[in-house]
Amino acid sequence: MLTLQYIPHHEFFGLDLDQKLKKVLKSVKEDKIILIDGKLDPSEESELIKKTMEQIDKKFKGIEIASINYDFSNVDLFEKFKKGLANILLSRRAGLTIVGPATIVKEIRKDPSKIELLTMDKKKR
Amino acid sequence: MIMGKIGGFFRSLFGVLKKKKSVKLGIYGPPNAGKSSLANKICKDWLGEEMSSVSNIPHETREIVVKEKITVKSKGKELTFNLVDTPGIATKIDYEDFLKFKMNTKEAKERAKEATKGVIESIKWLDNMDCVLVVLDSSQNPYSQVNITILGNLAARNIPVMVVANKIDLKKADLKKIESAFPQYPTIGISATRGDNVEQFYEQLFKLIK
Repeated sequence: MLTLQYIPHHEFFGLDLDQKLKKVLKSVKEDKIILIDGKLDPSEESELIKKTMEQIDKKFKGIEIASINYDFSNVDLFEKFKKGLANILLSRRAGLTIVGPATIVKEIRKDPSKIELLTMDKKKR
Repeated sequence: MIMGKIGGFFRSLFGVLKKKKSVKLGIYGPPNAGKSSLANKICKDWLGEEMSSVSNIPHETREIVVKEKITVKSKGKELTFNLVDTPGIATKIDYEDFLKFKMNTKEAKERAKEATKGVIESIKWLDNMDCVLVVLDSSQNPYSQVNITILGNLAARNIPVMVVANKIDLKKADLKKIESAFPQYPTIGISATRGDNVEQFYEQLFKLIK
């Protein structure tokens, strides 16, 4: 059975870097796929990769991760301005991040505005 | 004694300035994109010798390899740099993947362990680079988070970048897809093993390292 865990923006982005990484890796190591409302910045992503590498062992094989920006290209200019202003005022990093354990998530296929998550065959897990 | 200290101060000052002058050109990318093949091509063209071992097994390069003082010449201009070949950056490493390449379990586990350390080293070395070539396999989807993380980290550090779309000789290669994925960076398509388009690559290198 797959478990999908949603982490709201306010619950995640108020944490310091260490707490964020611990939260992500704890859930992933419990075989959960997590959906974070917001995007990690590049330095947070590279720290997450480093921490993941440090923790790889016989059971934990690493993570699959992908993040996308919300697509505002079809939204009119006023809406874009409103969303942009709301993000600035709320210090939001608009977007969505998916992280899952490599033993369950085979691949996250991504094009600029779409994510497809492919899971492993049950036999291979 | 005072004169000796003053002399030492100036020697260390000039040492720092001299060190600063040697440009570090890093080669980054995901595993098996052809980073070491490109490093070897550059070294073979300008030093007459190869730099790293290459294979089709992922994570062949598991330690940082530095080749100092490579001088590239093109159209009457000269460029000298230290080339840094880095292990591929990945988010997952499974020792069982190496078993497919006729390794025994002990060798596979050892390789996986070294590969995890290599990824960490690559990320740590980002801060040391002056310019970076991000090498991607042009037959693969460029929108992977590893590629985005590497480029994002380089952008955050204001490090000049050139995207090298390698393996353009492959049937599945799609240079346009890579160009459209990262339009903010100069992109050049090459085949490091066959030497396709390397002249244009060296010309672009002069623009990258000013």
